[in-house]
Amino acid sequence: MELHQQIFQYIISGLTLGAIYAVIALGFNIIHNATGIVNFVQAEFVTLGGMLMYTFYSFLKVPLPLSLLFSTAAVTFLGALIERGPIRMAKSKAIIVLVFITIGISSTLRGTALLVWGPDNMPIPSFSGEKVIRIFGAAILPQHLWIFGITIGIVIFLQYFFHRTLTGKAMRAVSVNRRAASLAGINVNWMILLSFAMSGGLGALGGIIIAPISTTSYDTGVMLSLKGFAAAILGGYGNSTGAIVGGLILGVLESLGAGLISSKFKNAFAFLILLLVLFFKPSGLLGRGEAERV
Amino acid sequence: MGRQSGYNMFFRKKENLFLILLALLIIFIPLTVKNKYYFTVMNVVGLNTIVVVGLNLLIGFAGQISLGHAAFYGMGAYLSAILTSTYHFPPWPAMVVAMLATGVVAYFVGYPSLKLRGHYLVMATLGFGIIVNIFMVELDSVTGGPSGFPGIPNLSIGKLIFDNDFKNFYLIWAFAFFSILVSLNLVSSRVGRALKAIHGSEVAANTLGVDTDKYKTKIFVLSAIFASLSGSLYAHYLTFISPRSFDFYYSIQVVTMVIVGGMGSIWGAFFGAGLLTVLSEILHVAEKYNIIVYGAILTLVLVSLPEGVIVGLYNFYRRRKIKALIEEE
Repeated sequence: MELHQQIFQYIISGLTLGAIYAVIALGFNIIHNATGIVNFVQAEFVTLGGMLMYTFYSFLKVPLPLSLLFSTAAVTFLGALIERGPIRMAKSKAIIVLVFITIGISSTLRGTALLVWGPDNMPIPSFSGEKVIRIFGAAILPQHLWIFGITIGIVIFLQYFFHRTLTGKAMRAVSVNRRAASLAGINVNWMILLSFAMSGGLGALGGIIIAPISTTSYDTGVMLSLKGFAAAILGGYGNSTGAIVGGLILGVLESLGAGLISSKFKNAFAFLILLLVLFFKPSGLLGRGEAERV
Repeated sequence: MGRQSGYNMFFRKKENLFLILLALLIIFIPLTVKNKYYFTVMNVVGLNTIVVVGLNLLIGFAGQISLGHAAFYGMGAYLSAILTSTYHFPPWPAMVVAMLATGVVAYFVGYPSLKLRGHYLVMATLGFGIIVNIFMVELDSVTGGPSGFPGIPNLSIGKLIFDNDFKNFYLIWAFAFFSILVSLNLVSSRVGRALKAIHGSEVAANTLGVDTDKYKTKIFVLSAIFASLSGSLYAHYLTFISPRSFDFYYSIQVVTMVIVGGMGSIWGAFFGAGLLTVLSEILHVAEKYNIIVYGAILTLVLVSLPEGVIVGLYNFYRRRKIKALIEEE
């Protein structure tokens, strides 16, 4: 394959990965905007999406649309449960305490996943065959198209939800000013619950659509979500357009870096970019640089 | 802060008593324990104590979280290993070089992120920790890669070689004692008061002339140096290291120890390191459940006793006592 074809191929697979990072980054943002915390359970949302998909689709042979629905719904419910349980019951609402509660929940869930599914990588068949499509000499799998399609669907849905529905607008109000939102009659607790549920659903979808390409195991979500987090920072934490742009850029840079420089350090690129962003433009590419209120 | 300072006063009076008690324990415990395995566990507690006491200064007093302390711990271990085994440096100077190098790196990681408001240090240290771990695994010609780095020499003073668990107990715990002592003194010094002011309100501290960025960076560098010291001791004690001991989970483990012990309580840090190290050793028998129980404890403690177990229970006890007093009257 010639170099430009290779590069094109890397960009395609980078965009695929990037789409997943973007979906995960959106999940991080939604919870961050509602509560101000970094939710480490995001990793387990991604893992559980993939593992439940394996159970329903590969193991129980449930039809594809139903498997997708069941897996996503289950993790969405889990997200809500986490908010309704430990997060809301927490005596201290200090950010640092809440963040570490999510780390605790994350470990518990990861251990449980290990117990239930074991340590092996599980394969999931592609949603619609393995027939390679060739565009300009680059090979595209049908699963890549699924990933792009579902990601675009998610983005359109979120755009509609946050800007056209009352609930979505209420959630945005909570992220701007919690007390003012509450005074305007918005049920803040309900909005926070909803943000955890949505974040769960998004994480699960990310884990589900990548699984046929990369297989799935009890800890796949960890690296994926850490990179999703890096993508969120790169784009500007809390900014949803930023999450998508950040995700795609990170995916492409990682893929190019792994292909052209060194595949050994593939996982290091994302975090190197994270550090560079933090040091030189901490508000991210699209972040407006928030002013600290005193 | 009221509750906190009441607690601090309680300990300040008894601080010296505790220090003497700890010193006596360190001296006499090895004479009564015969089981080799117990020694290993106690030595790991000592190593973790050094890391956790340092990290506690950062979390409890500067109000900043690091998720990359495994990297500093690992840098200490690997620099000591590489300098002594590959380049035949004498171990003690190598240890100092490792501490200095780790401090410099920590400065460059910490300074840019601590200048900013908010929790940027969490993100920077998280990314940094993962990068360092990837380098430990992938730079196999230097680090031995995933299979680890064997054949690190033991430390020695003159003819005394620290080549068994018993001797290493005294070595490690001498350093652990020293790190507790340094932290206690630091906390009640000018620096400590500045840090507490930062934790209370950074803006207020700033207006009162505390150079908050400088103090936060200094304490971060210091905590990294503590971790590096502990890492070097670990490498010379076990004579073998591998990247798995210095991954993201270790960073989380030590932060958990700080939180369970109680943020801002140095004795709590010691307690947290002891409790969780022993707990994870007990759970090692049922390795599958280890991570579940660990996570569940972290969650439970934080949900119900966010001040940490020691401080939380102490406050609980104090509130009951006050309540009883009020009812008496």
